[in-house]
Amino acid sequence: MTPIKTIALKEFKDYFISPIAYIVISLFLIVTGWFFFSTFFIYGRADLRDFFALLPMTFSFFIPAVTMRMFAEEKNVGSYESLLTMPVSFTHIALGKFFAASVFAAAMLLPTLSYPLFISFIGNLDLGPVAGGYIGAVLLGGAYCSIGLFASALTRNQIIAFIIGCAICFTLTIIDRMLFFVPERLVPVVEYLGANAHFTNISKGIIDSRDLIYFASVIFIFIFSTDIAMKEKN
Amino acid sequence: MIDVQNLTKYYGDFCAVDDISLTIEPGRILGLLGPNGAGKTTTLRMLTGFYTPTSGTIRINDLKMPEDTLKIKSMIGYLPESAPLYHNMLVYDYLDYVARLKGMNDPKRRLSRFRELSRLCGLSGIMAKPIGNLSKGLRQRVGLAHAMMSDPDILILDEPTSGLDPNQIAEIRDIIKGIGREKTIIFSTHILSEAEATCDRIAIINKGKKVADDSTEHLKQNARHRSVVRLTLQNAEITATLDHLKAFDASLDITVTDTPASEGISFELCCKDDKDIRRDLYLSIKKTDWIITELARQSLALEEIFHELTREGA
Repeated sequence: MTPIKTIALKEFKDYFISPIAYIVISLFLIVTGWFFFSTFFIYGRADLRDFFALLPMTFSFFIPAVTMRMFAEEKNVGSYESLLTMPVSFTHIALGKFFAASVFAAAMLLPTLSYPLFISFIGNLDLGPVAGGYIGAVLLGGAYCSIGLFASALTRNQIIAFIIGCAICFTLTIIDRMLFFVPERLVPVVEYLGANAHFTNISKGIIDSRDLIYFASVIFIFIFSTDIAMKEKN
Repeated sequence: MIDVQNLTKYYGDFCAVDDISLTIEPGRILGLLGPNGAGKTTTLRMLTGFYTPTSGTIRINDLKMPEDTLKIKSMIGYLPESAPLYHNMLVYDYLDYVARLKGMNDPKRRLSRFRELSRLCGLSGIMAKPIGNLSKGLRQRVGLAHAMMSDPDILILDEPTSGLDPNQIAEIRDIIKGIGREKTIIFSTHILSEAEATCDRIAIINKGKKVADDSTEHLKQNARHRSVVRLTLQNAEITATLDHLKAFDASLDITVTDTPASEGISFELCCKDDKDIRRDLYLSIKKTDWIITELARQSLALEEIFHELTREGA
């Protein structure tokens, strides 16, 4: 357990040593804040539904930007070699980096807690969906982090890692709007694969084991693939 | 005791390391010599567990790759070729990170180890500097501290002195010799004098194949079976001298070397055996009116062996 913690801690600190953290968090807040509040007063509803509805889309761009450097940079600079020759396993490294990225994704959400706080002053806010929404957001963040991590493990080029990560996350986000093109029999399967539907369920305040299992499996599959990708490259 | 048998590594179709076997006794310094692209780094990377060999076995004591890779990794300290480090970390933070990953969980032990290493590798003034701001030589020292962090039994150093200035090279060499009294060290280099000065044993690799593997002493002795005498004469003519030399000893292999006319004519006389011909040569030339300005014997040391074994097409 200790090597995972050491790696996670180091990776998490790295975000804040370099300007990445500050730039990504500010941009994320500007984008989500802008889209959410531009229509908030027009509808006049005291909830965060629009904020959460947009989150899978914003996450599918922001999370790969956060994770793209995790392996690609190490490989490019060469520190990957010293990391792998230390007494840690591939799984330690993958998990350490995954936790660092997920905690960072959660940290990105932290300032948005001020939205429900202020909304609760001006209206009657139902806390159930808000709590559900944040739980879902953390799970979604985790799932997209594992995808981004996998993309980063495939290449030594950060831009390629970003684009692959975006592509997979974006596909998972919009796939349930593409059902029109899918043969009828496959519709339930493809619908289940999309992240959006599961996230929407949770953010309504319904915590269903099916949705939890979905996110857990995405995380597991992509961390496992990361592990394989790392082994394969050596 | 490190035991490597039939180690082979392919990158696609390209064979980088071809059937190399090595055994290294504990407490010895082994130098891995070879021209650029010979497969030195690949070999070392397989020893450290960074690359998986295509075939062949690596055993360290009674541990075997890949089953005990984690245990083996914790016994090895490794300095990669370009000492790659995290550029945005401070030296202290980096060493702390390395120490934790190497399982040194006791903060007191970490601190005392940092003090030792800082003295040993000369890091005292740079602990609070970002690694990215350090010069190549200083980075190399941080890398060395990284390799020695957990006081490992085996140190693997990939070109530890490349890119350093002569003073730093001497320092690093002293450090290596110092540690080498107790630890097993394998290091690669393409500088012959370095290997000669520090290693107990030298293995020469060319195009992925091991072409020589012997103690430094032995290698040097074997080299002396042929010796070259350099002779410079003034007041002489080439044809006359050549005839004279042929008459003196027909088995000599004579080459005329380029020298400015004012210096006279120079020859390199290669003897088939280790015999010293200088005395007889002098006596025979004394009879003529030529003037000897140079008569020196060069022993074919490592350099010659190296050239011979690693020549194109050899």
